[in-house]
Amino acid sequence: MVTAKNIHHTMKTIQKIGLAIFILCLGVFISLLGIGHYQLSDKIFKETITDANHQQLLKPAVSFMIDKDYDSKIAFIADFKKAFNSVNDEFKKNQQWDKVIYADYTQPIVKHSTIGFVKENSLILFFICFVVSSLGGLMYMIPALFIEPVAGIKHNDIFKTAITSRGIIAILFSIGLISFYIFLYKAPEYITNWILLVDDLSFAISGSEASQWFLYGFLYCLVMTVMSARMYIKYRHNNYQLVRTTSVLFFQIAFAFLIPNILSKLNLPSMDFKNMWPLDYTFFFDYRIDGLISKGLLGYWMLGWGIFLFVVGVPVMVYFFGKRWYCSWVCGCGGLAETLGDPFRQLSDKSLKAWKYERVIVHSVLVFAVVMTAAVLYTYFTGNSKLLGIDTGSIREQYGFFIGFIFAGAIGTGFYPIMGSRVWCRFGCPLAAYLGIMQRFKSRFRITTNGAQCISCGNCSTYCEMGIDVRAYAQKGENIIRSSCVGCGVCAAVCPRGVLKLENLAEEGRFEAYLRPEEK
Amino acid sequence: MRIVIIGNGVAGITTARYIRKMSDHEILVISSESDHFFSRTALMYIYMGHMKYEHTKPYEDWFWAKNRIDLKNAFVDKIDFQNKTLFTANQEQISYDKLVIATGSKPNKFGWPGQNLLGVQGLYSKQDVELMEENTKGIKEAVIVGGGLIGIEMAEMLNSRNIKVNFLIREKEYWSNILPKEEAILVGKHIAEHHINLINETELQEIISDDNGRVKSIITKAGKEIPCQFVGLTAGVSPNIDFLKNTDLNTDKGVLVTEYLETNMPDVYALGDCAQFANPKENHPAVEQLWYTAKMQGKALAQTICGKQTIYNRGIWFNSAKFLDIEYQTYGMMLKSPFEDEDSFYWEHQNGKICVRANFSKAEGALRGFNFFGIRFRQTIADEWIRNQKPISYCISNLNKGFFDPEFSKNHHQDIVKSFNIQFNNHQAKAPKKKFLVW
Repeated sequence: MVTAKNIHHTMKTIQKIGLAIFILCLGVFISLLGIGHYQLSDKIFKETITDANHQQLLKPAVSFMIDKDYDSKIAFIADFKKAFNSVNDEFKKNQQWDKVIYADYTQPIVKHSTIGFVKENSLILFFICFVVSSLGGLMYMIPALFIEPVAGIKHNDIFKTAITSRGIIAILFSIGLISFYIFLYKAPEYITNWILLVDDLSFAISGSEASQWFLYGFLYCLVMTVMSARMYIKYRHNNYQLVRTTSVLFFQIAFAFLIPNILSKLNLPSMDFKNMWPLDYTFFFDYRIDGLISKGLLGYWMLGWGIFLFVVGVPVMVYFFGKRWYCSWVCGCGGLAETLGDPFRQLSDKSLKAWKYERVIVHSVLVFAVVMTAAVLYTYFTGNSKLLGIDTGSIREQYGFFIGFIFAGAIGTGFYPIMGSRVWCRFGCPLAAYLGIMQRFKSRFRITTNGAQCISCGNCSTYCEMGIDVRAYAQKGENIIRSSCVGCGVCAAVCPRGVLKLENLAEEGRFEAYLRPEEK
Repeated sequence: MRIVIIGNGVAGITTARYIRKMSDHEILVISSESDHFFSRTALMYIYMGHMKYEHTKPYEDWFWAKNRIDLKNAFVDKIDFQNKTLFTANQEQISYDKLVIATGSKPNKFGWPGQNLLGVQGLYSKQDVELMEENTKGIKEAVIVGGGLIGIEMAEMLNSRNIKVNFLIREKEYWSNILPKEEAILVGKHIAEHHINLINETELQEIISDDNGRVKSIITKAGKEIPCQFVGLTAGVSPNIDFLKNTDLNTDKGVLVTEYLETNMPDVYALGDCAQFANPKENHPAVEQLWYTAKMQGKALAQTICGKQTIYNRGIWFNSAKFLDIEYQTYGMMLKSPFEDEDSFYWEHQNGKICVRANFSKAEGALRGFNFFGIRFRQTIADEWIRNQKPISYCISNLNKGFFDPEFSKNHHQDIVKSFNIQFNNHQAKAPKKKFLVW
């Protein structure tokens, strides 16, 4: 006889097997970093360093490496960097600044020089690391349909499970994520074995070999897809969540990943049409403007579109729909937060103190972004590299390092298991700050509080990923209008008494609290 | 003036907050349950791991000092009303100028044999949840006695840990002393869907102990034995006023109060679960054990204490609950059967989890109240329609104006209208045409 208990037991077993498969695949994936042989041939050298001038300059320095078999990646990278730096150091010493090589060849050189197991088995490894691991993940998630066969909010044990309540596994996961971002941004030459796995795919989609950014884009889409399955199961009773998850997944896969790569393949200027300044902080950098302009009319149109988005798109869309149209429906950072980050949303800090820090920090980043961009454009148009005595290149570099890499990447995603899924969006994103100012002062969007129905239970505040103390408003009968609200709709979903509803209504009265007629 | 409030639940704290808003009086809140105000309604979520205790506190800990509301963790066991002095369990004396009694409830125990065994408990306080955590560790089967709102919460809590729940109710259907039959059946089916064993028309006879003084089974009045390692007693709550019995304060089930929440003693007030209206309004309960009423009472009482005599006025009745996954909202006076001069319209979705009931006067067709299950509805709209006795046909035609479900939710308005027109062809309702892409 098939009883509920039997099904429950079977499904739990399937979950465990799924988790084991996932962990095994992850183990394989990580262990790839440590294997492989490296041999730099003359042919590879010439194919990788395409600039004839650089070839000539570097050739003597790296000649000792040619055809030498390295079984350690670290030794190979160390030798190449030493050779490379020796050339540059010489130029710097002689103050021959025009000759210094700024291109970073390390990652492609390492990748191209790889021989052996990973290269020969990239297809099967791709299958194990990405396909089988995803299936393992799905095996872990789908049984929830049978373990909790009745749809509804099932947050059981979230604060008793290590991964979702800052346990040891959460900390390890956090360290793993941070390490990944450090490699990605600062030492991609060490993860070339991973990049190799997606080379074939990259050729197919973009027509060229994979870089670390292609790998990142691919992983991003994969993780979001698998974690979206989790969202679809979890919120199968809530159409708002289903539609929103579909939207954010679509924009990631189509707009952030496929379209830019396909444009590259067609030899057209590449662009993520939904990304916008100031989140896309390099948008006004010289190489991007020049890159677009050099491609003619289409490039000009793209430049215009990028400007239109934040000049016209933001105010108009925020007025009608609130900040959510971007942050939880379109944005890539938001997309990851709403899928991979969803299990961690309850870890955001709801204290008043956190809100004070948030306002200072996020608006400071917005100011920093505006100043940095203004400085960069000043240099672009005047050719003068100094603004008020400060080198604009260094401002730009600082922004890229501290905001682009440390804040958005390492902290933004790396701290999911510690500070919740929206650390970047809440404390750091300059676009979120800009959208938020619009939302606070000129928008029809609000979270309506249903009269006096709030029982102050705190589910809304607990599960607000932006750390808004939703209850503080709801229990007073006030609508929730906060610049940081990304409109994910989870407060309304978890409310046990139907007190909250996200909606776009007339602007009038949106700040008025509900008073019972007897109390007026 | 020094105002002392006994009890830091929603009644006492709301009173304190509004007194502070209106005055500079010294305020002291005494509780032996917790250092800070927390939301009693959220206790179940702590047990289920949805939240931690910290999350259930509606105000951060600094709030109280900042608003000069003094808090004291102590148990008051005696009051000298003549000398306006309180005595705590450790012999401390506290004087007051005005006293507010907001001591809440305690779970009912009806003298069942074995009701004090290990593993037998009610669910009301923070301590009860902590005890339940201990009592249910590693157990397989539980019995819940009494089918109200706390009973279903406890069933959900135990179910979340895969503990087999036997849910004893006295009535034929779950909560059918309050809910109309259709709604009670709907909830009953949902309870069954969660594999909770609802045992109807069954009362507890006796709780049986094992050798260690711990519950091992119960026996029903019909003589059936049900093995269990935990018994939840959830047959309602009653005012927690034992320490006030045999004093000059007039009490019955609760502390007797006027519509101003005044007791018979000067400068002594009572409100919330522990208060009992000496002359309740028709059809209104004498003891109101609701979060919402406690808040309203607190607000009214604060005004009275601050010199602006204010009658507590419940207004248009409303309440809400959640039965496992089904939300419930009710507006107006909706009892298990309509009043004699009322007709009742009931619509249920074919999935058996969503329903609407609207009661209205037979004579004028004036709306009297709504029950909603699985549909969220705007209080402002319901309140206004009931208050202004809107015609039922108007209300059914405009039901969509009150829908409060999340965007993109399926709207059942057309179905409801169709069903209404079939049941009551003397009041024709019309649904607006479906618009394309309404956000």
